[in-house]
Amino acid sequence: MAMLEVNNLNVDFDTPDGTLQAVRGLSYHLESGQTLGIVGESGAGKSQGVFALMGLLPDNARVSGEVVFEGEQLLNLPEKRLNRIRAARIGMIFQDPMTSLNPFMKVSDQLTEVLVQHKGISRKQALQESLQMLDAVRIPEARDRIHRYPHEFSGGMRQRVMIAMSLLCRPQLLIADEPTTALDVTVQAQVMGLLKELQQEFNTAIILITHDLGVVAGSCDQTLVMYGGQMMEYAATRDLFRDPAHPYTKGLMGAIPRIDEQIHELVTIPGNPPNLMNLPPGCPFFSRCPVAEPRCYHELDPPQHFEPDRIRVCNLPREAIR
Amino acid sequence: MLFSDKHAGMGELADTLTDDAYTEGRSLWRDARRRFMQHRAAVASLVVLALLLIFAAFGQHLSPWDNESIDWASLPNLDEDGVPSLASQHYFGLDPIGRDLYQRTVQGSRISLMVGVLGALTAVIIGTLYGAISGYVGGRTDAIMMRTLEVLSAFPFMFLVIVLMAVFGRNVLLIFIAIGAVSWLNMARIVRGQTLSLKRKEYIEAAMAVGVHPILIVLRHIVPNVLGVVIVYATLLVPEMILFESFISFLGLGVSEPYTSWGALISEGADAMWTAPWTLIFPMLMLVLTLFCFNFLGDGLRDALDPKDR
Amino acid sequence: MFSFIIRRLLVAVPTVLALITVSFVLMHAAPGGPFTNERNVPEAVMENIEAKYNLDKPLWQQYFIYVGNVAQGDLGPSFRYKDFTVNELIESSFPRSAYIGAWSFLFVMVFGVGLGVLAALKQNRWPDSTVMTAAMTGVVFPNFVMAPLLVLLFAVTLRWLPAGGWEGGQVEYIVMPIIAMATSYIAQVARITRSSMIETLRSPFIRTARAKGIPRYKIVLRHALKPALIPVVSYLGPAFVGIITGSVIIDQVFSTGGIGQHFVNGAINRDYSLILGITILVGILTIMFNAVVDILYTWLDPRVRY
Repeated sequence: MAMLEVNNLNVDFDTPDGTLQAVRGLSYHLESGQTLGIVGESGAGKSQGVFALMGLLPDNARVSGEVVFEGEQLLNLPEKRLNRIRAARIGMIFQDPMTSLNPFMKVSDQLTEVLVQHKGISRKQALQESLQMLDAVRIPEARDRIHRYPHEFSGGMRQRVMIAMSLLCRPQLLIADEPTTALDVTVQAQVMGLLKELQQEFNTAIILITHDLGVVAGSCDQTLVMYGGQMMEYAATRDLFRDPAHPYTKGLMGAIPRIDEQIHELVTIPGNPPNLMNLPPGCPFFSRCPVAEPRCYHELDPPQHFEPDRIRVCNLPREAIR
Repeated sequence: MLFSDKHAGMGELADTLTDDAYTEGRSLWRDARRRFMQHRAAVASLVVLALLLIFAAFGQHLSPWDNESIDWASLPNLDEDGVPSLASQHYFGLDPIGRDLYQRTVQGSRISLMVGVLGALTAVIIGTLYGAISGYVGGRTDAIMMRTLEVLSAFPFMFLVIVLMAVFGRNVLLIFIAIGAVSWLNMARIVRGQTLSLKRKEYIEAAMAVGVHPILIVLRHIVPNVLGVVIVYATLLVPEMILFESFISFLGLGVSEPYTSWGALISEGADAMWTAPWTLIFPMLMLVLTLFCFNFLGDGLRDALDPKDR
Repeated sequence: MFSFIIRRLLVAVPTVLALITVSFVLMHAAPGGPFTNERNVPEAVMENIEAKYNLDKPLWQQYFIYVGNVAQGDLGPSFRYKDFTVNELIESSFPRSAYIGAWSFLFVMVFGVGLGVLAALKQNRWPDSTVMTAAMTGVVFPNFVMAPLLVLLFAVTLRWLPAGGWEGGQVEYIVMPIIAMATSYIAQVARITRSSMIETLRSPFIRTARAKGIPRYKIVLRHALKPALIPVVSYLGPAFVGIITGSVIIDQVFSTGGIGQHFVNGAINRDYSLILGITILVGILTIMFNAVVDILYTWLDPRVRY
């Protein structure tokens, strides 16, 4: 059995204007030490899908399905049990380190409280371990900086603090929700490199959420492409890039500008992401799909396992999208 | 759950609710009205306030008495003969010197509501102008104007107003001016903030970039957008003004006989409550009810008009 | 930090000066002198009186004498209580007002913040709706309504408490004044605290704290309370002004012999030096309090520079 098994995960939000289906029928699995990339436009349900694992969704969310982490069912666990798993066994990094770190607390307090909470060690010991971790994420002069507030750090440094914080207890799984989106391009590469390095050192599995296919290509073993709350394609990253099996994946790749080709216009996928409040009964990508047929609006075939470890969700045969 | 509200965490999702929902061309004001009508307490308050207004304007015709003549026969035994009763048609009873309290209350309501509305109007006009100029001009002017505002807000104005009343004598007009003149500070701050944030909005910048005349920008974009907030805070200013006036009148430093206001009536009632508690209760109920309604109305309008939630 | 405090207090000086100037102008803009109402005063006596109060000197001289005296803490003689200086009147009455005011302020903070936090944590459940209904009601019961209402209820009808008086500030004499003073401000602070706490609990850094497996109560106390209190601190200034202003009502209704009673009597009797002295005192207190609030900000929010 894999370390993490997600089966048929659904997330709905009750809003004053009706039910919003953020995630529908999402299934994937992850082995220890591996990296899974979840890719999609903003609002595709990527973040909501992983927040559900950690019980971090707001009040009006309804979650169903099955999430098994190291043999333990995670969904709808009471807060107390979840608190023993959070940070201790599953760490999390958020998109914007400016708002995700508490601006009113010293970095040292935010780091040590994790260790005090989960390992029950003294604050002094915790401070020592936190310092080591800050060294590990290569924050210079950590000993001086640890007693400062987040706003006194640069964006990249803040995300390093965030990473250090999530790894303090050496979790088996790290969920990184767009960890580089808020950072400068040069810093992005550094942070991704750091994550990869730490993954090898601690043998951590990573779920990497991003809208950037480039990030996925460089760092993920598996890739799951999401659209409108649903899985579109799920494959080993190499296969996915070599031979995309879904019109949406193809569209995403076409939209990456290439430095070795001369182009006159940036390629985009026409249209806008779908309204989750009002999805078509069939394929969510219907309205923007270049090869859609009328029946795609009404129905969507179940996922096809067309190769070992390759899944696509599309009504059309693979040949049709080449 | 503890940590979240119904709408929390929806930012990202809300972004994906594409233009579809808005392309139907819902007008800003129709939208606001729909939201306001959903706020039942606010709608009820509006109805009650309308009734209060009718009461203040025409209430005197519902009673055979007037607000001046003294019921000499009942005066010696006020605590028994002056009680409110339908039979004597003294609905609210007699006031401590034997006048019909119902008629006095109608009269007081008129003045209190008038002071509230006119005071708020004064404050809104001064505050909006001050705030809009400060925000629109910006730079050094803005800094000086805001610093002045800060200095002014440190004053305990009630004391100065009372000093003013003591020095220049009690006079309803002076109350209007004094109250309005000292209550515009918050209004100015709010309008300035709005103007500043509007100035940075893309559509304003776009309008500036294509060379739309500044006056047109102000009229087409800034005024309609600030209007909502101004209405909300003006609504909240009215009860504040009523309170202000009542406070001064309660101390016996506001309106003077033969005029009266809720504050003055409450003050008279407080002196007479040992024998004639109704003289306190009726004006007090009027005041509390009005404040209550204005607060709910303000809440409803804020939900409907404040762009923060849009 | 220290230099910030010094700087903050220096900024207060022109504000105080402006207040004194306004007071002085008001005093001298009054139609007729303060003693024109006195009947049958011989010319010579009048001149003596005017000399005593420096009214015979040119205006600018009077201004500088006044400012100089105020700077030395001398608010001059009372125009009505001929045997007393304004300082003596304030010294005898101010401690009572300060006593009631301080208790009220404490009540406002403790109950306002406490109830607001409770409501926020139990959002949309019965403790929340109870607190919010009470707050919505409390807001519309200002001190001058609350005070007579309490007297009517507890003194006139139930006869549990004395209707007024001071008696050395014994509990039964100050309970009603404090409740009357604090009610609407408790309600206001509870509402502010609730909404800012709810807002804070929605912020991303709270989600981070939850993802760290920190228990709920620790998140509230350690992560959320400080940021949630910032809007409350902004309301401290207005609440202070409100309470200090409310003492005028309280002293009047409960005859506590506080500073407010002198103020109202002074206003009715046109005792200009007394009411201006009190206004200046109150102004200075408010300005000082606002300086303290600013200092509090820098402690609460590390991003505020000083």
